[in-house]
Amino acid sequence: MRFGVVQFPGSNCDQDVVRALRYLGYRADFLWHRETSVEGFDAIVLPGGFSYGDYLRCGAISRFSPIMESVIAEAGHGLPVLGICNGFQVLCEAGLLPGALVRNKGLKFICKSVPLRVEKSVCQWLDLEPGTVVDIPVAHNEGSYYADDTTLAELEAEGRVVVRYCRPDGTVVPGETAPNGSLHDIAGICNEAGNVFGLMPHPERVTDGVNGSRVGSAFFTAVAKRVAATA
Amino acid sequence: MKRFEIHVTGKEGIHDPAGENSLHALANLGYVGVTGVRIGKFIQLTAEDGVTCEQVEEMCQRLLANPVIEDFSVTAREV
Repeated sequence: MRFGVVQFPGSNCDQDVVRALRYLGYRADFLWHRETSVEGFDAIVLPGGFSYGDYLRCGAISRFSPIMESVIAEAGHGLPVLGICNGFQVLCEAGLLPGALVRNKGLKFICKSVPLRVEKSVCQWLDLEPGTVVDIPVAHNEGSYYADDTTLAELEAEGRVVVRYCRPDGTVVPGETAPNGSLHDIAGICNEAGNVFGLMPHPERVTDGVNGSRVGSAFFTAVAKRVAATA
Repeated sequence: MKRFEIHVTGKEGIHDPAGENSLHALANLGYVGVTGVRIGKFIQLTAEDGVTCEQVEEMCQRLLANPVIEDFSVTAREV
């Protein structure tokens, strides 16, 4: 199992993701944004950070990095792609996921651990039962998920809302539990096939136990099992 | 030479926390009667004469604005 972790200028969670994946026993290598091929990789992670300084809009410029052409093409052929935080913003800008991430309600940069409820979804990345509640850190300024009503209805109907912000007991109070104002309290969504997954929280920060939890592992292991099963 | 002036604004219904907070700040300063603040972007392009408005609109569609959340308008000016 070999993961490729893309490094854009301004990525700052790339080392964390590689560290987490290696801790889980997988091969993980950096992929410079100027590379043009993802050949040889079983899955791609777009890490968090401030690619291209977040200039213009978060993810707007990195979405046109040379590596993204290959990521977009191969995602269409089923290559698993995970976007975390800034990576999620890049996936939306690239059109691999619908909607957009806009400025947090309240204008605060939010940096804290938040409870997430796992939804029943078609996502290939998540190794957790629906209804499970996991605490994962968020750290973002533009994490408020927005999509028009039609898109939101499609996401809900097709099982593409993967994780939602909730109370510690798993209850979701619409318009209240999302710390950033995300519509439908959405923390993460996937594409129709389930191979492309984007989320604002950072599972890589709670994978190797250094921060007191390993619950984030479950965001990486399902794809690895799937790849191993088809190899 | 040509100059293109581009205004990018959040679509109707999209939260604009920067605008909302500025509205509160204006009220705190004692300005009455202001009922709304929307904050967007102003982009100025300088270009050779051959560049057309249609091309700039395409640039907005692809990069300078995000049509999912933003509206834009393009005005060409001779300089």
